[in-house]
Amino acid sequence: MTTTTLPTYDEAIAGFEPVIGLETHVELGTNTKMFCGCPTDFGGEPNTRVCPVCLGLPGSLPVANKAAIEATIRIGLALNCSIATWCRFARKNYFYPDMPKNFQISQYDEPLCVDGYLDVEVNGETVRIGIERVHLEEDTGKTLHVGGATGRIHGATESLVDYNRAGIPLVEIVTKPVPGIGALAPEVARAYVTELREVIRGLGVSDVRMEEGSLRCDVNTSLNRPGDEWGTRTETKNVNSLRSVERAVRTEIIRQASVLEAGGRIVQETRHFSEETGDTRPGRSKETATDYRYFPEPDLVPLAPDPAWVAELKAALPEPPRERRKRIQESWGLSDLDMQSVVNAGAVELIEETVAAGATAAAARKWWLGELARRANEAGIDLSAVGATPAQVAELQTLVDGGKLNDKLARVVLEGVVAGEGSPTAVMEARGLAVVSDTGALTAAVDEAIAANPDVAAKIRDGKVAAAGALVGAVMKTTKGQADAKAVRELILERLGAS
Amino acid sequence: MTDLTKLTAAELAGTIASGDVSAEEVTRAHLDRISAVDGKVHAFLHVDADGALAAARAVDAKRAKKEQLGPLAGVPIAVKDVLTTRGVPTTAGSKILEGWRPPYDSTVVERLRDAGTVILGKTNMDEFAMGSSTEYSAYGPTNNPWDLGRIPGGSGGGSAAAVAAYEAPLAIGTDTGGSIRQPGAVTGTVGAKPTYGGTSRYGLIAFSSSLDTPGPCARTVLDAALLHEVMAGHDWRDSTSIPQPVPPVVEAARRGMSGDLTGVKLGLVTEFDAGDGAEPGVMAAFHEALAALTKLGAEIVEVSAPHFQYALPAYYLIAPSECSSNLARFDGVRFGLRVGDDGNRSLEEVMSLTREAGFGPEVKRRIMLGTYALSSGYYDAYYGQAQKVRTLITQDFNQAFEQVDVLVSPTTPFVAFPFGSRTSDPYQMYLADLFTIPTNLYGGPGISVPCGLSDGLPVGFQIMAPTMADDRMYRVAAALESAVGTLTPPSLEG
Repeated sequence: MTTTTLPTYDEAIAGFEPVIGLETHVELGTNTKMFCGCPTDFGGEPNTRVCPVCLGLPGSLPVANKAAIEATIRIGLALNCSIATWCRFARKNYFYPDMPKNFQISQYDEPLCVDGYLDVEVNGETVRIGIERVHLEEDTGKTLHVGGATGRIHGATESLVDYNRAGIPLVEIVTKPVPGIGALAPEVARAYVTELREVIRGLGVSDVRMEEGSLRCDVNTSLNRPGDEWGTRTETKNVNSLRSVERAVRTEIIRQASVLEAGGRIVQETRHFSEETGDTRPGRSKETATDYRYFPEPDLVPLAPDPAWVAELKAALPEPPRERRKRIQESWGLSDLDMQSVVNAGAVELIEETVAAGATAAAARKWWLGELARRANEAGIDLSAVGATPAQVAELQTLVDGGKLNDKLARVVLEGVVAGEGSPTAVMEARGLAVVSDTGALTAAVDEAIAANPDVAAKIRDGKVAAAGALVGAVMKTTKGQADAKAVRELILERLGAS
Repeated sequence: MTDLTKLTAAELAGTIASGDVSAEEVTRAHLDRISAVDGKVHAFLHVDADGALAAARAVDAKRAKKEQLGPLAGVPIAVKDVLTTRGVPTTAGSKILEGWRPPYDSTVVERLRDAGTVILGKTNMDEFAMGSSTEYSAYGPTNNPWDLGRIPGGSGGGSAAAVAAYEAPLAIGTDTGGSIRQPGAVTGTVGAKPTYGGTSRYGLIAFSSSLDTPGPCARTVLDAALLHEVMAGHDWRDSTSIPQPVPPVVEAARRGMSGDLTGVKLGLVTEFDAGDGAEPGVMAAFHEALAALTKLGAEIVEVSAPHFQYALPAYYLIAPSECSSNLARFDGVRFGLRVGDDGNRSLEEVMSLTREAGFGPEVKRRIMLGTYALSSGYYDAYYGQAQKVRTLITQDFNQAFEQVDVLVSPTTPFVAFPFGSRTSDPYQMYLADLFTIPTNLYGGPGISVPCGLSDGLPVGFQIMAPTMADDRMYRVAAALESAVGTLTPPSLEG
């Protein structure tokens, strides 16, 4: 293979219009699987959460999970879709060992929800992403190929299958093609998945964790010359993080542009995204998997959601994340940029709960986006898993506001809280970290510092009050930081007659 | 001493309940009968003597403790090998499932156990219930007790033959296009296909999901009704199961036994009665039975069912299409046969070799037919069109039932045929179900009851009723039985 120098993104996009489309799979957090009573928890010893139905044993039959149907309808409603009054499951037939029955129960031409949209914000602009359909299906098992170099089926000496995941309810959300977004395509893709995740999380129907695979994304990309018809699209799979969604589109635009610029043509195919390299590589050829021989699932009766029930579900939907964010942004008085950083950090709920527990929005934001976000980043974990609760953060701020802790001490207390040593007050007391407010002790420390630094003291007496900083530092050192710097400074000036 | 194997299920249940005979004695008598004659008949693929005796003793223990016994407690029964039985081999007549012991009971089997019936074993059948002669069983055919050189019908030939040969008073069959009724007809026994959804399919190894219906096989109409009531009823594990109560079939059978059919309108399908493809001897016996029924007070009304002529082709698109998908799971990965897994072959090759070796010719034919009918570009012309025909046939039934109470016809166009006479031309075999298939496409119930002999071989009389009106057909069937009597095959001893 010859090595060609790829164009930069800006060079690549300059001559083309991209069209993107996204297919997102969301594992629902129902207690039981889609068509049987097996539990759905993530993990577990392989092949322990199985029964005749999800193993596809001869004679077994599926029974649809009503909670999953309800969750799907709620997702559809939250995405402004129409809900079918009558629809059916369909069988998607193909042979693969992670499919216990060698067909997947899915939906084909009669999906539960159709024709909706989701508005997302990119660079302050609203982009409306059309939703083609939202349908319900069952997840497959997981195949592990052992012995090969690549972990793929090629070259493997053994293939192991774990059916714990087989039959977990899976919602597929398919966008309409999204044209007309130009160079912003990668960011639009990311913004869409981010917003979709927020919507679904807000509904409480899935934990939408990309790293655990409970939200999985395939990205379709095509390029055309301005004015031409849309180009041939590729489907990029294995896109497992928000960052990868953006990178996958960017990479594929660069790759396709270089192929087209060189006079080549794009092959309709499935490509795999590599988290390590950011490249896409050709995957399974579409050639071997074109005809799924869909037909209505005869083992299940048609679904006919009662319109009154659907109306109830619609009325009970939570506030859409976007509206909620607008409301919150206004009440917190944040700029668009600040609000964006709160959203990106996944801190909206945390700050909201901290405010509810008594802190000001500014203080809550400071802690969550500052010290706690830094710790979460270092540990590579979600902010919500950092080890401090909104109530604890609010309590910490109360201690600061009450003069019991200064900023530096508060950080030390927070460290103890995160380490599980108890509430901020408990940590403060146990570690003896309260601000020294006993004026006698503080005055003694100040006098000691003045005596030890006669030159500095003289300067201050001469009116160079800025020099007081050095004395403040000395006092803080002897009090091991447990003094209020402002109070120390005032006391120094007072003792030196400079106030 | 009475030969216990010659008693009906109703008689056996009565005598066990009264304490005249133990369930164990009844079971031993039938196990002995199986030992004596099944070498000739080959109705069973697996006899579970230990399980049967244990179940019989449990019934005897319950009786000793004066606990309430079900209407068929202690009565032996044979189960078609297409229904899963926990820990007991279940093959569906196929090599691909040889040695498989299911970890669970089908709902029908569970209900049989709960009712205290004694499961003797599993009966032979055409592979995956595809066939009309048991010649497509991977384990060799069953021989008709009336003439061991002839077919016992299919797919449930084993169940029908077991009942006809007095190896069991009752058996379970499954009917997708006639697999209970046609074997009943050619073995001189009673076979009923309940309303689709009236009996649970959970644990029935699927051939065609939208058609498969478990049902009873017996030597008398009352016995069939008693078994029907035990096995039927709503099952949450089968989404297509009907939640309404089971029609009162036992009551209807008892009423019919009185021999009075005054005011009952029997619909004679003119398209069927043209006699195309039906043997003259079959038509003669059928018309004699009609005459007998009119003497009981029934009125014969000719009705037209213009779309019945398309039933057979529609069936041979729908059933193979569903089977091509249902049988995909037999790939050697999780259970049953695995061929070619020598460490050098790919997974696809192993799947392919397993299916090549594990499936017989008729199953392969239908998988290929169905795969083609469902493929993109052909779906509308084949599967989609067949579904439209199905709707039209349902309309024919609905219109007919506005005029009459039940429809009647011969069960099958010909009496038991010699082995090998129809295997070379699949269509000749498919014709065996010409009169039974419309009912499956409609979803209503149908029953075959013996109505006489043609050249010394049994002829079956079919009664078809509206969905969830299974009781109507039992009433007419019992009345016919009271008029023409039951049939007794030649002795198999000596």
